[in-house]
Amino acid sequence: MITRGFGGRRPAADAAERLPPGQHLTQDFPVLSAGPTPRVNLAKWRFTLKVRAKPVAQWSWEEFNALPQSKMTRDIHCVTTWSKFDTAWEGVLVDDILAMVGIEPPTGFTVAHGYDGYTTNVPTADLVGGKAMVALKYEGKPIAPDHGGPARLLVPHLYFWKSAKWLNGLQFTDTDTLGFWELRGYHAYGDPWREQRYTDD
Amino acid sequence: MTEAFAGLVANRRARWQPTTIAAISRLTSRVMNFRFLPSEPFAYRAGQHVDVRLIAPDGYTAQRSYSIASAPEAGNEIELAIEKLEDGEVSPFFHDIAAVGDEIELKGPLGGHFVWNSDQPGPLILIGGGSGVVPLMSMVRHRAARGSGTPVALLYSARVWEEVIFRDELLAFDEKRDGLDVMLTLTREPPKRDKDYGRRIDPTMISAVLATLPATPSLAYVCGANAFVSAASDALIAAGVAAERIRTERYGV
Repeated sequence: MITRGFGGRRPAADAAERLPPGQHLTQDFPVLSAGPTPRVNLAKWRFTLKVRAKPVAQWSWEEFNALPQSKMTRDIHCVTTWSKFDTAWEGVLVDDILAMVGIEPPTGFTVAHGYDGYTTNVPTADLVGGKAMVALKYEGKPIAPDHGGPARLLVPHLYFWKSAKWLNGLQFTDTDTLGFWELRGYHAYGDPWREQRYTDD
Repeated sequence: MTEAFAGLVANRRARWQPTTIAAISRLTSRVMNFRFLPSEPFAYRAGQHVDVRLIAPDGYTAQRSYSIASAPEAGNEIELAIEKLEDGEVSPFFHDIAAVGDEIELKGPLGGHFVWNSDQPGPLILIGGGSGVVPLMSMVRHRAARGSGTPVALLYSARVWEEVIFRDELLAFDEKRDGLDVMLTLTREPPKRDKDYGRRIDPTMISAVLATLPATPSLAYVCGANAFVSAASDALIAAGVAAERIRTERYGV
C-alpha cells in the first residue's frame, strides 16, 4: 500500500546496500536500555564462563584484558530502526575465550548475562568463527557506561539488543532459553536482513 | 474490558495492517495528535508502542516506533502524539502531509516491559521529559478509566508551559485529587503553579516528588531523551528506589 504524498529521503546507493530492510542510517550513537545504567567497579568486575549451571572459568578485569585482543569494525543495526556504519571495537573473541579454557563450543545455545540482570539468547554458532567478541573498547577508548562498559557482547550481525551491555558472563545451554527482550515480544534470533524484529516476524 | 476484547490480547499477533487516520489535532507548536483506526482493532497495554511504516511509490519504506497515548479502554482508535523533528523523515510527513482519511500501515501492539496495568501494586512514580510523557499519558488515562486509586506521582519536564503536551487533561487529572499528583517542571521559564518547578530535574526535585507518595514506589517509569532518563533514574537510585524497580524508555539520543 503506497502512502499518499510520501516521497522518502533515500540514502546514497552505497549506504542503501548496507542497510537492512526498514533501517535508516544514523551518525549518532543512540542509547537504549530497559533500566538505569549500572556503575560497574573494575576492581570487582568478573567475567564468568558457564557450561549449563556450572562455572568453568572466571577472569578479573586485569586477567581478561591480558587475553588476546582483536579488532572488529562492523555496521550495527538496532531494532528501533537505526543503523550505524563502521563502528570500531576491540576486545576478546569468543573463540579466544574458548581456546583459553581449552574447550570446544559445548552446547548449541548461549545466554549472555549482564550486571543489570539482563539476559539475551544467541545460538553458539553465531558467537564463534570470528563472528562475536566481548568488547572492551569502542573507537580506541574504554566503552562508556551508557554504551555497555566496561564490557559488552558484540554480535554485530544480529539486532543490537543481542549485544548485551554490562556483560558479566556467557552461559552455554542445551536449549534455546529466551532472554529479557525475547520474552517480551522480540524475536528469538533477530536477523536484521530478514527483519526479525518481533516474536512473529 | 469485555471478555471477548480481553481474548484479543492473548490471541492476536502483531502484524502490519492498514489503518485510516480518523482525526488530527494540534497539541503544541511541535506536537500533533493523530488517531488511527485499524482495519483489525487490537487490544494493548498502557505504555506499549506501535511501528508505523510509510511506503513510497517505488517501494522505498521508512519505519518508526511511536508510543501509544490513548488508554487501552479508549476504544478501537490508536492515538499517537508525534513530535516534529526538523531533520526527520517520518515526523515531518505526519505534520505537513498526512490528512484525515489517509491510509497508514501500522503494526502493534509492541513492547512488553515499559507497560503498566492498574492491577499492579502501587505507588507509582512516572517521570517524563518532553514527548516522553506520551506512554505515561496512556498509563494515567488507563488509571482513570479503571477508577484505580493507586497513588501516582507524575513529574513532567517541558521547556515552557506552551509545550506541555496534554496540558489541560493533565491539569484536570491533577485537580481531581484522587491520588494522581501531577507536577510540572519548566526548564526555560518560571513555574506557573505553586507545586511546579522551574529548572531541570535534579536529585532534590526527585526526592521531593517521591516524598509526595505514601510509600516508596513499587515501580518507576522514566521516559525521555537519554540524558534526561539517566539523570532521573540515577536520582531515583540515590533516593533509595531499587534499580530493578526502574523501567526506562529512551529516545536514543
